[in-house]
Amino acid sequence: MITLTHYLVLSAILFSIGVVGVLIRRNAIVIFMCIELMLNAVNLSFVAFAHYLHSMEGQMFVFFSMTVAAAEATVGLAIIIAIFRNKETVNVDDMNIMKW
Amino acid sequence: MLNLVALILLFPLIGSAMNGLFGRRLRKESIGYIACGAIGLSFFISVLVFIGLLLLPPEERIFEKHLFSWIQSGSFNAAVGFQVDPLSSLMILIVTGVGFLIHIYSMGYMHDDKGYHRYFSYLNLFTFSMLLLVLSNNFLLMFVGWEAVGLCSYLLIGFWFEKKSASDAAKKAFVVNRVGDFGFALGIMLIFLTFHSIDFTEVFNAASHGEFAIGNITITLITLLLFMGAAGKSAQIPLYTWLPDAMEGPTPVSALIHAATMVTAGVYMIARCNVLYMLSPFTMTVVASIGATTALFAASIGLMQNDIKRVLAYSTISQLGYMFLACGVGAFTAGIFHLMTHAFFKALLFLGSGSVIHALSGEQDMRKMGGLKNHIPITYKTFLIGTVAIAGIPPFAGFFSKDEILLEAFVRGNVIYWSIGAFAAFLTAFYMFRLLFMTFHGESRVDPHVKEHLHESPRNMTIPLIILAGLSIIGGFWGLPGASALNHFLSPVFGGHGHNEMHGVEAGAHHGIGLPSLMMVVSTLIAIGGIWLAYQMYVKKQELPKKLAERFALPYRILYNKYYVDEIYDAIFVNPVKKISVQLWKKVDAMMIDGSVNGVARFVTGTSNIFRFLQTGYVRNYAFYIVVGCIFILILTTWLNK
Repeated sequence: MITLTHYLVLSAILFSIGVVGVLIRRNAIVIFMCIELMLNAVNLSFVAFAHYLHSMEGQMFVFFSMTVAAAEATVGLAIIIAIFRNKETVNVDDMNIMKW
Repeated sequence: MLNLVALILLFPLIGSAMNGLFGRRLRKESIGYIACGAIGLSFFISVLVFIGLLLLPPEERIFEKHLFSWIQSGSFNAAVGFQVDPLSSLMILIVTGVGFLIHIYSMGYMHDDKGYHRYFSYLNLFTFSMLLLVLSNNFLLMFVGWEAVGLCSYLLIGFWFEKKSASDAAKKAFVVNRVGDFGFALGIMLIFLTFHSIDFTEVFNAASHGEFAIGNITITLITLLLFMGAAGKSAQIPLYTWLPDAMEGPTPVSALIHAATMVTAGVYMIARCNVLYMLSPFTMTVVASIGATTALFAASIGLMQNDIKRVLAYSTISQLGYMFLACGVGAFTAGIFHLMTHAFFKALLFLGSGSVIHALSGEQDMRKMGGLKNHIPITYKTFLIGTVAIAGIPPFAGFFSKDEILLEAFVRGNVIYWSIGAFAAFLTAFYMFRLLFMTFHGESRVDPHVKEHLHESPRNMTIPLIILAGLSIIGGFWGLPGASALNHFLSPVFGGHGHNEMHGVEAGAHHGIGLPSLMMVVSTLIAIGGIWLAYQMYVKKQELPKKLAERFALPYRILYNKYYVDEIYDAIFVNPVKKISVQLWKKVDAMMIDGSVNGVARFVTGTSNIFRFLQTGYVRNYAFYIVVGCIFILILTTWLNK
């Protein structure tokens, strides 16, 4: 029997993988994908809760967050392309001008 | 016709705005015509309003024009509205009439000044403010006018602000007036607390309907505070020191503001509040004593001054003292009567002295004048009329008003008031004729270089002199003792104590029918005595003053140095305040306030210099901080929930 805990643990694992990916990878696109992973880990826990609590609200939230994620992916990719055009690289170590 | 009252104020305001905003681009003639035209129209409307008032039966001669509500807050209600009654209609006639003549005179006097348009803009603004002061129907609007005339006085005393002495005098006038205005403002607040209104009609009605016993503490306090304001504006002891210094301004300004109109505002205010003052015998005693003391004190200083304008300034203070003496003994009509005649002859004397100064290319020291009477005959003749009027020789204007004050002081006050007043009258006659003899008679002590340019003033300066001289001759007949038209005219305003007026006359009758006539003879003799002494000392035996000065060295020095009052004030008030201010500036402002502000800035700079190393510029690091923060908060909340 698969319980709520299983889903939540899976979600936590996926989320942590996403976090670690964001922190240690250098390629902007991979970091970007890791962020998507974090989002979807949260989506997973939403759906799991919705199922076990017999409520549609969780599923509704997922729709919202998927919409936002789609928009965010568009903007994010556009930014990455813009940066690439400018610096000819997507290595985040080369992007350190955000300081005084 | 009474509805036109707002126009009286409007014309000077428009004139001031036009000259102030566009004067730089206008020709001199147009500037003068705009300014004089504005006041002339204002005078015309004032005459119409006055006639309109005369057409009404005496008991209905009060007209209020409410323009709009100005401040409304809870039960506090201040309106912009004007009140026309015998008192204010008389004042607007004086202000616009004398003001008009002085405007015309100024066109000649100020002709070569580069600040011509500025001058006329200020002068019109002053007239507007003064009219606002006398026409307002509530205390707050009156206070606005009161402050505005103070401002104009400051601007005009410091008109030649490149001169250090002029800008200093302007500051002094402003600061000393502030002391009085502080009292006035407190008085208005106390009036509102007591009467729940600041409207003249409501306050005076409440006061006259017997709600307050005679000698009521609150009323006494209110009247004393108001008198503090009056003492500041009308240059009474102890706040008179600014007026002599105010002579740094152009001479027509001294004539208009510091002799004829603004300085009488205090007398006007007390006369306006006569209902309140009659409720407080104590304040009345204070007013009368200060008035009498000032009259004598200023007259004694006037004896030894050598600057022609300063003599006139001290004489103004002294004459204002008379007016306060009259108000203080309850003879408001006599006070206003003297205010009116004084406006005529003092404006005349100042303008005359201006004409002398003009003829002598700016010389003001009487020791460098003398023998001018044949060089500037019109000025001499008009000046002589003014001098005789102020000295109190019948039938000139000053005689009747001064005599009435002395009579009232004797009948309603006591012998002390009378004797102080009479002695001051003697001194007045003496120093005014000293001035006349030193300036116009005897041998010429004029600088030969200046003497070549000696000339009579142009027509636009002499004509106002002639008109004012005419008024100084006939002005007194409006208040002839026994058949005083003025007394009758003003009785609705001072009607609350019409009974009192009767009392004065009855008491006079009680002393014998001859008392008023006896008084007249006595005051005439006093005046002639003063003139005779001046003649002896300054025409016949010209070495006498010097001998006397050597003989009585100490009194002479004290009088010559004006009782050292300025020095005493400097030592007691000005210098300590300056020292404290310097300490406040260096210790509190520079060290504490600037120190703490700069300290905060330095602290922030210092700490951020350390923390800025956290700002690596790598997004990854920032994300890491966020994650660490999240984990920290998670741990914290789980730990707290347990």
